Amino acid sequence: MERIKDHPVLQPEERGTVKFTFDGRECKALEGEVLSSALYANGIKIFSYHKKDSSPQGIFCANGQCAQCSVIADGLSVKSCVTPVREGMEVKTLRGAAKLPLGTCLQDFGGVEELEVDALIIGGGPSGLAAAAELGKLNVNTLIIDDKAKFGGKLVLQTHKFFGSVEDCYAGTRGVDIAEKLEEELKKYPSVKAWTSATCLAVFSDKKVGVLRGDKYCLVRPRAVISASGAREKSLAFPGNTLPGVYGAGAFQTLVNRDLVRPSKRLFIVGGGNVGLIAAYHAVQAGIQVVGLIEAQEQCGGYKVHADKIKRLGLPVYTRHTILRADGKKELETVTIAGVDGNFKPLPGTERTFKADTLLIAVGLNSVDEFQAQALEAGMNAFVCGDAEEIAEASAAMFSGKITAHKVLKSLGVMAAPVPQFWFDRLEVLKSRPGATRPPEAKDHQKTVYPVLHCRQEIPCNPCVTVCPKKSIKLSGDSIMSVPRFSGDCIGCFKCLLICPGLAVTIVDYRKDPKNPSVALPFEIGRGLVKKGDNVRLTGWEGADLGEAEVIDVKDFKAENTMIVVVKASPETADLAVSLKLYSAETGDRSPAGLARAEDETIICRCERVSLGEIRRAIRSGMRDLNQLKAVTRAGMGACGSKTCSSLLMNIFRSEGVDPKEVTAFTKRPLFVEAPLGVFSNVKCAGRDGEGTGWSGF
Amino acid sequence: MSEKNDYDVIIIGSGSIGTTLAVSLAGRKLKTLVLEAAASPGQGQNKCAIGGVRATHSDASKIKACLKSLEIFSTWKSRHGDDIGWIKGGYIFPVYNERDEAVLKELLKVQRGLGLNIDWIGPEKVHSLVPGIAGKDLRGGTWSPDDGSASPLLSVNAFFRRAVALGAQFNFNEPVKEILVENGVVKGVVTPRGRYSSKWVVNAAGAQAAAVSELAGIKVPVNPDRHEAGITEPVERFFEPMVVDIRPGDRSKNYYFYQNSEGQLVFCLTPQPPIWGADRRSTSEFLPEVSRRMISLMPCLSNLKVRRTWRGLYPMTPDGFPVVDFPERLKGYVLEVGMCGQGFMLGPGLGETVAAYIAGSPSAEDREILSGFRLERSFSGQEALK
Repeated sequence: MERIKDHPVLQPEERGTVKFTFDGRECKALEGEVLSSALYANGIKIFSYHKKDSSPQGIFCANGQCAQCSVIADGLSVKSCVTPVREGMEVKTLRGAAKLPLGTCLQDFGGVEELEVDALIIGGGPSGLAAAAELGKLNVNTLIIDDKAKFGGKLVLQTHKFFGSVEDCYAGTRGVDIAEKLEEELKKYPSVKAWTSATCLAVFSDKKVGVLRGDKYCLVRPRAVISASGAREKSLAFPGNTLPGVYGAGAFQTLVNRDLVRPSKRLFIVGGGNVGLIAAYHAVQAGIQVVGLIEAQEQCGGYKVHADKIKRLGLPVYTRHTILRADGKKELETVTIAGVDGNFKPLPGTERTFKADTLLIAVGLNSVDEFQAQALEAGMNAFVCGDAEEIAEASAAMFSGKITAHKVLKSLGVMAAPVPQFWFDRLEVLKSRPGATRPPEAKDHQKTVYPVLHCRQEIPCNPCVTVCPKKSIKLSGDSIMSVPRFSGDCIGCFKCLLICPGLAVTIVDYRKDPKNPSVALPFEIGRGLVKKGDNVRLTGWEGADLGEAEVIDVKDFKAENTMIVVVKASPETADLAVSLKLYSAETGDRSPAGLARAEDETIICRCERVSLGEIRRAIRSGMRDLNQLKAVTRAGMGACGSKTCSSLLMNIFRSEGVDPKEVTAFTKRPLFVEAPLGVFSNVKCAGRDGEGTGWSGF
Repeated sequence: MSEKNDYDVIIIGSGSIGTTLAVSLAGRKLKTLVLEAAASPGQGQNKCAIGGVRATHSDASKIKACLKSLEIFSTWKSRHGDDIGWIKGGYIFPVYNERDEAVLKELLKVQRGLGLNIDWIGPEKVHSLVPGIAGKDLRGGTWSPDDGSASPLLSVNAFFRRAVALGAQFNFNEPVKEILVENGVVKGVVTPRGRYSSKWVVNAAGAQAAAVSELAGIKVPVNPDRHEAGITEPVERFFEPMVVDIRPGDRSKNYYFYQNSEGQLVFCLTPQPPIWGADRRSTSEFLPEVSRRMISLMPCLSNLKVRRTWRGLYPMTPDGFPVVDFPERLKGYVLEVGMCGQGFMLGPGLGETVAAYIAGSPSAEDREILSGFRLERSFSGQEALK
């Protein structure tokens, strides 16, 4: 584990270093860095040992939601993923329950300020920021809060270029850059207050929202509240699922793309949706070997261009496969997978074991809907947008935010133009699941320079059409779901190639050498990885191997953070080549058939370490009320507030043959996130060094 | 609608009261049916209770009932194997002013007169029992080492399993819609799923007790008021007792907290003036008030993370004492209601007493317990230590 110094897209910021210790060992962190990333950068993966069974624990959500990454910092138990490192900080492994320091504290209580706003937006991701801008345009007194240090939500973790349309949602721009544009946009509107590091702790029945901003707790009384709180990753139940090194794709992107820490050498991924596919690509960009990616379905559920990007690089994608187990003494060492039959049951004899230090779970997202649920329960004027309402792409989230802002304007009695119908239409299109895939088409022209559009699946995306100076790329239908076609003239300007989020455009050029056309391929893996004169292997449709070719030029388009590798091809391969193959697949070790399953020891509730066996016994004894199940087994009673295990529990009821309608849901109570008792009275305490102790890191 | 006959006793409510009574009845081989509107046991106010169990009250009826409860809680694990989170941690009332010292010392005489193990302790002893407690103006406090705490969630489920093992039947998601009465005698109940007949019908409906009693045509003066509570993350055990601070706050009377068997602090605040009604949603007022008060008493708690808060109902009677009675006007109808927030600690003991009555063999002690909880009383007194 180390820091990423060279990345094709991200440039490490110049930052000072701070020193801290971990269990007495001297470590270095970057100024302002969160503890979890600093620990990973120093090669530390095990943060605590659980109080129930001393199991090692490490990072899991890296999003301040669970408490799996807790450590002791300067005597207090903190969530390392939201605690900035301070110079001289003494960090220790948390073993069992933390000891509460009995030190004294100055008795200076602050009042709890109340703030009235017209609109409160919970969450500063794409939908929240878009909503805030719409409200700001009409001078509505708006407060937008986000629990992270920077606005943008998950956009800040996305190094890839976005889909959608250029005019509507910044298509072709990288997620990190979209976040900055949206935040910049807010500065135009003086009526919008924007708070970062501001966590919504609760929505109370007296229509007040408890917000912890930095170290100050306040109550916000909004006339309308918008939940733009995004999504959280689903978890997955299999033996070994809590070993340090097994975590969500979001946590991985946080380490790699936000904090530029390389947490892994050998990575395995479960889930072939967009999140898993993109994580695989991000891993490659960060110089991490992706050992494999598995998907239970026949096809990856994510965009084909995302899947093809990684297949063409040579990364093995195993469809119709499932994870059997993860093993390791204290940390993840091996991953065992197997093929599945039509009912997703593992096929004996197909087991294979791979060495891996990290396993990413990318099996889908659930809406973060608890703010909306509580706001409705409190009888507030409540709205919801983006992933909090329905899981979709960030492009759709922005439209959803804009439309929701107009509903809010209407409810507040602010005169505003009616929502244009096309916004709704665009939203529907942008939310669309990928459509039909067409086979590649043969060339129907005799141009000497032309783009080949290897984009054959219907997805909502059109930047290549927008950017072509000759207007020679057109959609084959009215909707931006339609696949693009080339007809007309090409000047070989590379604009379509550079903007395509799917890296699916190449430029074939016969002008210099009519026998040996050159092919320009987009490449955004690593500078210096491919040089002029190298022999490389070309890949095409779905990763097909097209043999070797010589690199005749490497162009670096710094503004776009994209390189173009020009290879000398043959007329037979020129229209087929899309990428360079960088990896060859490993086969893994054949595991003995009839591998011990030990399913019952699978952990379902990570916080309280409640196993599948315990849950099954409870269900088989007749329990149908999740509240009773919680009372008896403690499943769902932990720090995360059942955010992780709720959906797993419902799956177990189903697999036990219980109709979900018979099951009584958890009663949800505040708080959404644990917070120190002292924050609620804004108490000022004297820390050991005399400074005011901030409440960060709860 | 089907008629389902021949129960000895039907209990309305499977909370702190109904579930424990079912154990005692089934243990006496009485055919018992518990009808519960919620989906599982303890989903009313039981799960809102924080778990304190004490015998150190101010009157003989409660003291004797709770001594029976303490015996049941403290021996449950050794007798039945289930861990119910019992901790014999005692109760401590730290005192910071002359007036409270006088009040508690006066009460001490009564309590000791009734044979309770409770005494006045000095500030050093308070410090040793509750490390980290504020020392300024600390005068000492009362200490009753035989009291304790248990997990309401684990307890009610353990009682439920025990009652089922002894033969009691529990029907969940089944609210009682009618209580059947003929010629001044209870005949059974009606629910959306059917008609059940029995010799006895027990109202153990907690916060809904008054409405349920209306079905029997008997008025009981039970009205819920609302209290909020919370629980923290677990920390290494550092104190054993239930700590009760009886000083008034800005918007509250006393508050109390203890560290449960998981290491989590569980705390609860008594609003002043009382907030009447049955709304169980959390308010924004609770945490700031309880935070200021608990941190004033124990500054180290400022660093402890709050995990969850909730609001529960105290089914109050005008004088703060329960109503446990067999009203003359309606033979076979039993009231075990109005626990005033002490149902969890009173339940097992009262269950034994009520079951003994129903079985026709109450002891002198059982008679003494019920004598304090009659429906026909003036309700003009006031419980000294609510």
